[in-house]
Amino acid sequence: MTLMEILTQVLEVIAALAAAPLFLGWVNQCRAWLQNRSAPSLWLPYRGIRKLFHKDAVIAESASPLFRIAPYIVFGAMAVAAAIIPSMGTRLPLTTAADAIALVGLLATARVFMSLAAMDVGTAFGTLGARREMMVGFLAEPALLMVIFVASLISATTALPAITEHLATQAPALYPSLAFTAIAFTMVLLAENARIPIDNPATHLELTMIHEAMLLEYSARHLALMEWAAALKLFNYACIGFALFIPWGVSTGADSPAALLASIPLLAVKLAMAGAGLALIETVSAKLRVFRVPEFLTAAFLLAVLGLLVHLLLRA
Amino acid sequence: MALLALWGLLGLAGLLRPRNIGLVARTLFPLGALCGVTLAVVAAVSLAAVPERAVLPIGLPDLPVHLRLYTLSRFFLFLLGSASAGISVFAAGYFRRGEGTVPGLMCLQYHLFLASMGLVLLADDAYTFMVAWETMALSSYFLVTTQHGIPEIRRAGFLYLLMAHIGAIAILLAFGVMQGGSWQFTFDAMRSAHLAPSWAAAAFLLALLGFGAKAGLVPMHVWLPEAHPAAPSPVSALMSGVMLKTAVYGVLRVVFDLLGQSQWWWGLVPLALGLFSAIYGVVFAAVQTDMKRLLAYSSIENIGIIFTALGLAIVFHGVGMPSLEALALIALLYHSLNHAFIKSLLFLGTGAVLHSTGERNLGRLGGLIHRMPWVAWLTLVGTLAMAGLPPLNGFVSEWLLLQSFLFAQEVPRAFVNMLLPMGAAIVALAAALAGYVMVKFFGVIFLGQPREPALAHAHDAGGLERIGLAWLALGCFALGLLPSHVIGALRLVSAQLSGHTLPSPAAPWWLLVPLPDRQASYSALVFFVAIVTVVLVTILAVGYFYHRRVRRAAPWDCGFARLDARMQDTAEGFGQPIRNIFQSFFAIERELPTPFDRKPRYRIAVADRIWSVLYEPLGPLVQKVANTFAWLQQGRIATYLLYSFMTLVVLLALVL
Repeated sequence: MTLMEILTQVLEVIAALAAAPLFLGWVNQCRAWLQNRSAPSLWLPYRGIRKLFHKDAVIAESASPLFRIAPYIVFGAMAVAAAIIPSMGTRLPLTTAADAIALVGLLATARVFMSLAAMDVGTAFGTLGARREMMVGFLAEPALLMVIFVASLISATTALPAITEHLATQAPALYPSLAFTAIAFTMVLLAENARIPIDNPATHLELTMIHEAMLLEYSARHLALMEWAAALKLFNYACIGFALFIPWGVSTGADSPAALLASIPLLAVKLAMAGAGLALIETVSAKLRVFRVPEFLTAAFLLAVLGLLVHLLLRA
Repeated sequence: MALLALWGLLGLAGLLRPRNIGLVARTLFPLGALCGVTLAVVAAVSLAAVPERAVLPIGLPDLPVHLRLYTLSRFFLFLLGSASAGISVFAAGYFRRGEGTVPGLMCLQYHLFLASMGLVLLADDAYTFMVAWETMALSSYFLVTTQHGIPEIRRAGFLYLLMAHIGAIAILLAFGVMQGGSWQFTFDAMRSAHLAPSWAAAAFLLALLGFGAKAGLVPMHVWLPEAHPAAPSPVSALMSGVMLKTAVYGVLRVVFDLLGQSQWWWGLVPLALGLFSAIYGVVFAAVQTDMKRLLAYSSIENIGIIFTALGLAIVFHGVGMPSLEALALIALLYHSLNHAFIKSLLFLGTGAVLHSTGERNLGRLGGLIHRMPWVAWLTLVGTLAMAGLPPLNGFVSEWLLLQSFLFAQEVPRAFVNMLLPMGAAIVALAAALAGYVMVKFFGVIFLGQPREPALAHAHDAGGLERIGLAWLALGCFALGLLPSHVIGALRLVSAQLSGHTLPSPAAPWWLLVPLPDRQASYSALVFFVAIVTVVLVTILAVGYFYHRRVRRAAPWDCGFARLDARMQDTAEGFGQPIRNIFQSFFAIERELPTPFDRKPRYRIAVADRIWSVLYEPLGPLVQKVANTFAWLQQGRIATYLLYSFMTLVVLLALVL
């Protein structure tokens, strides 16, 4: 564990925490442009979070301590997840402690706590949101695991940085299996981050919302942490996607500050493109009815399994 | 061994003053727990010691009782001792009032059950094994039917007894095949018998059937969701947490020890059954409305995962991949231990809820975290562990299993090496569904608002019950946070079992690296510390930079003012997405209201399809066969004596 590695680690977490709301702001801006609206400021998510932190927290009378601790746990889980994902460099000290399967487990922990907190107050919308979130989760989680399995079968490891290093350093090759899994991963990303066509982040229409329904009872600092965690989650998913499918540009050497510095603008470019792509997908697709969500996610799961099968058949 | 005898004695002591609850509950059960702890410590310390044998001259002449204590037995004795310690302490607080059976008799049954499970693990000949196995079945039958006044409980008990005996017959036949013509029923003789491959396969399948019936492998699972809710909670905990593992022990013993040979394709049978059980169990768990039935189905899922690992181990053994075989075996043993702790904890949690509210139906619970904080928070540990979330213990064994699946593509059998990683998809799906089930379980019971006014009088568990729950929760943490220590011990078991083990790691003690030549590592401790640090730092930072002010108000719920507890999601509602997605699994019976109903009623009943497809046709079949032979039954003693005489003559003619 060298100083450089620790520095990379710290830099990654801080960058994720700082840039996540910006990424969300960028997606919102692109979406507004594509929809011919005047775009909100890039910094709006920051302002929202800051405003919420200053407010007094109002908590329902029937809330238990679980309700109050959950935002911190969800936020903490997302921050630790950001430390595991190799967004800039692959030499991260924390990643020996947690591989890609543990990462999926960590995301599941955040989801479970969020759902439990939503059930805690005992409102109709909270439990409805929790149920739908868990429904999305139990279909998306195995699909994500399958996506990761394909990548780890290709590189014979489940450690995420090692996968990235393997994929980034070898000669560019065409992996049909990764093509299938990339589609599956995109579908999982949309579902897990409550984007259209699964959920609409801008809606408060009661009968269709999933993620927002779970946050209805939160206010002030708890809500701020939850929203920040949601932005972090989107950022993390984007970085998982880069680590698996466009790993080039990540610093793979042990001690090269230059490579690390060079990876930062590259990450920014990748994020900008991913954000624009996400906005495009959200603009051209319509929201699915909740009943159709299982079909969408089953398709993602089957695509990932298909990717696995293709890998096993072609060894590529 | 002395400890097992002590359990027996404790049970008998209960008979002395059967109606004195103070003596039985407050003294004998904690003593039993102490025995359990001692047993666990002794077994853990001597895990690597040389096998010990004993031949006790009791029983029939020329048929002494052979006992053998070796690493595999010691591991399962550890499981028995450590899990039962928590359960016994809990039971000491639980059996406050006489429920059905008098406490003294119950104490005897309970401790006899414990002692017979211990004896199953020690037995070294088929007779002793079967006697202990049957004692186990019978004592647990009586425990299940503790409240024998209720007809449904009597029915559940009968079904359990029936399935236990079908299993026992299969095991008996398996032993009969394995003695291989030597007519010696000691396990030593079976080890040295050379069976033809076809006979060995027959013995394997019979053993799988017999032990699978005890373990609750689909389609032999039907007794589990009936018997577990019927039994008092400590008994359910013991049956689900520990007794199912004796069946796992039995299969391991037969396959890796007694048979001494195996074909790789044998593994596909437990693998397929295990994967099917895992999905089947968890899907059914998600639609249950009775909290103990939900846990029973979740046990089926976990047994499925254990048998999946068993199948993998046999496949790896057959194709000669020793380190992966050891990995799969360790995943199996680890998951058995985890499940013993988690499921006992959850069943005891439901017991505390049941005692305090008298309700098993999820639709009439809710909000108990306010009334029963101890039970709720300790059960939350079990809930998270069962959902397979890091850094608790359930995650570690699933992680190990997924790792062994991932490397199965190197199996040198075309087609199989492609199908095996597909199994990982099913395991992943089952694990994710387990999260769904556990959110439903915890959320509906403990969170939200109380669905019945009576719940306002619920009281928290007593001191002894809290100790029992805390012991098991602590076990979940310890097993989760120190995986490399646990695996260090399991390595000895797998070495003894298969002759192979994982290479010892070069990694530091806090890091789990199962196979050094692969890059896969996990450290629960670092992980846990990282999350706790970030959470604490966040809490402090938010408090420091901003403020900690909190106001309490009525729930917001989009501005709806007349919110009541009936508007929360029910257990049925929470299961609705699963019912829709996995429609073909269930036999669903719906009763929908029409717009013209005066008193609209909505009823939905979900039944097990296997019951109607497999078991219901069996009844008439048996009846038909019985009818054809009915003419033999004349009802006169003279006729029966004639039958006996003729049988004797025929037998003599055969022998002489």
